[in-house]
Amino acid sequence: MQITMTVNGVSHTRDVEARLLLIHFLRDELRLTGSHWGCDTSNCGACVVWLDETPVKSCTVLAAMADGRRVRTVEDLARGGRLDPVQQGFAECHGLQCGFCTPGMMMTARWLLDHHPDPSVAEIREALSGQLCRCTGYENIVRSVRWASEHEAAQPAGGDGGTGRQAGER
Amino acid sequence: MSAAPDPALDGAYGPVRRKEDARFLRGQGTFVDDIQRPGMLHGAILRSPLAHARIVSVDTAAAEAHPRVRAVITGELLERRKLAWMPTLSRDVQAVLATDKVRFQGQEVAFVVAEDRYSARDALELIQVEYEPLPVVVDATRALDEGAPLIRDDVAGQRDNHIFDWAAGDRAATDAAFAAADVVVTQDMLYPRSHPAPLETCGAVAEMDPVSGKLTVWATTQAPHAHRTLYALIAGLPEHKIRIVSPDIGGGFGNKVPVYPGYLCAVVGTMITGQPVKWVEDRSENLMSTTFARDYHMHGEIAATRDGRILALRARVLADHGAFNGSAQPSKYPAGFFHIFTGSYDLQAAHCEVTGVYTNKAPGGVAYSCSFRIAEGVYLVERMVDLLAAELGLDPAELRMRNLLRPEQFPYTCPTGWEYDSGDYPRALQVAMDLAGYPELRREQEERRARGEYMGIGLSFFTEGVGAGPRKDMDILGLGMADGADLRIYPTGAAVLSISCQTQGQGHETTFAQIIAHELGLSPDDVEVVHGDTDRTPFGLGTYGSRSTPVSGAAAVVVARKVRERARVVAAAMLEAAPEDLEWARGRWQVRGDPEQGRTMAEIAMAAHSSLELPDGVEGHLDAETVYNPPNLTYPYGAYICVVDVDPGTGAVALRRFIAVDDCGVRINPMIVEGQVHGGLADGVGMALMQVITYDQDGNCLGGSFMDYLLPTSLECPSWELGETVTPCPHHPIGAKGVGESATVGSPVAVVNAVVDALRPLGLRHADMPLTPASVWSALQGRPVRADLAL
Ligand code: FES
Ligand code: FES
Repeated sequence: MQITMTVNGVSHTRDVEARLLLIHFLRDELRLTGSHWGCDTSNCGACVVWLDETPVKSCTVLAAMADGRRVRTVEDLARGGRLDPVQQGFAECHGLQCGFCTPGMMMTARWLLDHHPDPSVAEIREALSGQLCRCTGYENIVRSVRWASEHEAAQPAGGDGGTGRQAGER
Repeated sequence: MSAAPDPALDGAYGPVRRKEDARFLRGQGTFVDDIQRPGMLHGAILRSPLAHARIVSVDTAAAEAHPRVRAVITGELLERRKLAWMPTLSRDVQAVLATDKVRFQGQEVAFVVAEDRYSARDALELIQVEYEPLPVVVDATRALDEGAPLIRDDVAGQRDNHIFDWAAGDRAATDAAFAAADVVVTQDMLYPRSHPAPLETCGAVAEMDPVSGKLTVWATTQAPHAHRTLYALIAGLPEHKIRIVSPDIGGGFGNKVPVYPGYLCAVVGTMITGQPVKWVEDRSENLMSTTFARDYHMHGEIAATRDGRILALRARVLADHGAFNGSAQPSKYPAGFFHIFTGSYDLQAAHCEVTGVYTNKAPGGVAYSCSFRIAEGVYLVERMVDLLAAELGLDPAELRMRNLLRPEQFPYTCPTGWEYDSGDYPRALQVAMDLAGYPELRREQEERRARGEYMGIGLSFFTEGVGAGPRKDMDILGLGMADGADLRIYPTGAAVLSISCQTQGQGHETTFAQIIAHELGLSPDDVEVVHGDTDRTPFGLGTYGSRSTPVSGAAAVVVARKVRERARVVAAAMLEAAPEDLEWARGRWQVRGDPEQGRTMAEIAMAAHSSLELPDGVEGHLDAETVYNPPNLTYPYGAYICVVDVDPGTGAVALRRFIAVDDCGVRINPMIVEGQVHGGLADGVGMALMQVITYDQDGNCLGGSFMDYLLPTSLECPSWELGETVTPCPHHPIGAKGVGESATVGSPVAVVNAVVDALRPLGLRHADMPLTPASVWSALQGRPVRADLAL
């Protein structure tokens, strides 16, 4: 079947099998290999991308279901050569080791901060709880997201900059 | 954290941000499944649904007729090429594709090569295999029973499921110490089967160049050089025609040490089709067929005086190795380093016996984030010490303090022969107790108990032996465990270090750059680290058992110091001084007593490549290479304290706090060290509370997906509280000891000790991992269950 979707702002039209998973479409067809695949059961979240504005596990979505929709992957996080604050936070706080879970973690974190600019540690842990990391024990991932939150608040990217910042809150 | 240190003044150690992050953060890493070669085909493995069965027939006709299938490989085909069996790391053999029988559920039976991923999977369904089911043994404690099904009838002379008996220590001295003891405490315990489950599964892309005959294998391997040698031996290929590339690796934890049948199938696939072949397993395949860890059935005995002096320790172990003995460790130790089980205490005597058996379960086992079975040894001794404390009515911290080795006893030879290098154990325990607020915690526990609440405080103190290892003592299949390093200095002073170990997330590209920068007065940014490609790096045994910093790290220091000495001669010629009159200070060579007269490494490097006249016999250039053969293991250690709250009604355990004080000697990059500890703690908590690979009586693996094999998430993990002490390693050139696995080794038993401590008022003495609500509850009812069996 023929599908058309906009991935990271670029429109792609392809003939695909109806059963093709979105993760394989992105990785094998479009060669966007930043999104990973880590399980057969929708448990790990290594494959998280945005479908329109919502994070989804792309191993659990058919490419055909993204027909006519927008997809955003980790390759689109940095804009104009500038890293997203979430990416900067992961680098600053050592939020990644092997880097395999990282794209999925960052896509969820970006969504969280877009909707909750100043999440508590508990809220961050809740938001990431559908994704596995085998290397970091999660602590530095949580700190990375807090770092991004605090730096976005300090340097608002257009919005009101957020209020009620609770630096260092645990 | 502070700005990057000034290398000239401070050296290059410190929390330097990681170089490798730049690509991972942008989704630009190159993992095995990201590799795409022109004309690449895709492989998939047909696996046995049965745990034990004779293969009557394999019919591949329909699969071969599939329009997108290019080859179907069976055991029979491999047998004709003498490739149906491969050696394991423990001098056993393992079937690549089954020929006679299948011996565990998930065993490899056939390999399909097709034009795309999905077609390869489709074709698996078209293969008809007729099996004749055989009786199954999944419980190691029944494996040696009279009449138990014989699993390894392929091995000449094998009449039962026995693999080995092995012992260490002094039996007579241990018996005497037990006979003289006031108190003896015994306990049976199981360290259940676990799986390392790195987030990236195992896979390979194999490509044979038909013209040059060169085979390149990009594979998820923690030991590329050792794999190259193994491929040469298994496939009979000339070793210089094999290149193994370990690209970015999504976690290893021991899982990626062995050579797996899928890698070899990809190699055979490219040889047959003449095109590159990719094989990447799915998660169920990873959990069901690649090597597990632990599965040790242990009986412990501890002897002490009435006033709390520990005298001796005894252990008997039944080790379940699954259907093939694929255990990965130095060859002369069939139970790995388990016999370091005397732990951190000053004992008179110790003795342990280990018996290994075959069962109809996946083969193994690997050191899952531990140095070869030390996790099992630490678990045993730390449970026994807690049981002894309860028996004597002593606080477990107090009992440990009384018996820990004292600083003046180092170097210390333990009763089973390991020579511990250095340590100040009481101080580490004290730092942990201070961080935890130990007396207050005990007071709080009293108050809660009075209110009918079940709070527990668990301690553990571990000693690891890592950095395998001295050539005189150990090898793997005849390969000595030394590591090479090769350092080039370009004319502008930029450096390229090639090392034989390989990162799976440990941050070698940063840490090793810091080592070189520190030694040569450079910035870490000036140092490129090359690793993971056998064509570009010197031989060495790879990254596992926390050996990178102890062995390869030492090699990097030694090679940098060689370069520095070569630079001294050149600098002397530049300064028109005698080499003996120069001193290395502030990251440069300068004339002793005249710091104005100095040359940096960049200046020296340019001169070394110039027309500067050098003394006779000096070659010019600064490049050097070395092989580091460690004189001893290194012995990192630590003190951990865990605080839990348990609901005895449901058996649910809530992890409230975890305090970890590690001493891994000198820390090159403390940020990375702490990250390693965090990850290990999560792993340990997972093993203690949820991770177990369970089998039913027919040998069906019940832990074959992340729905059943539970791993800790951000919700189960607390905010780790870390502390440190630094006791340099006396025999490592910069005093570092290695840390990657300390936390996985030390943490599970702290959790178990905490849960048992919480429930002691209800009479609980021991419960086996994983402490799921169901198993805690059953233990409380006095009817403990075996979480590893669903019978
Ligand atoms: S690959 Fe694991 S959730 Fe998608
Ligand atoms: S960094 Fe390795 S899985 Fe998260």
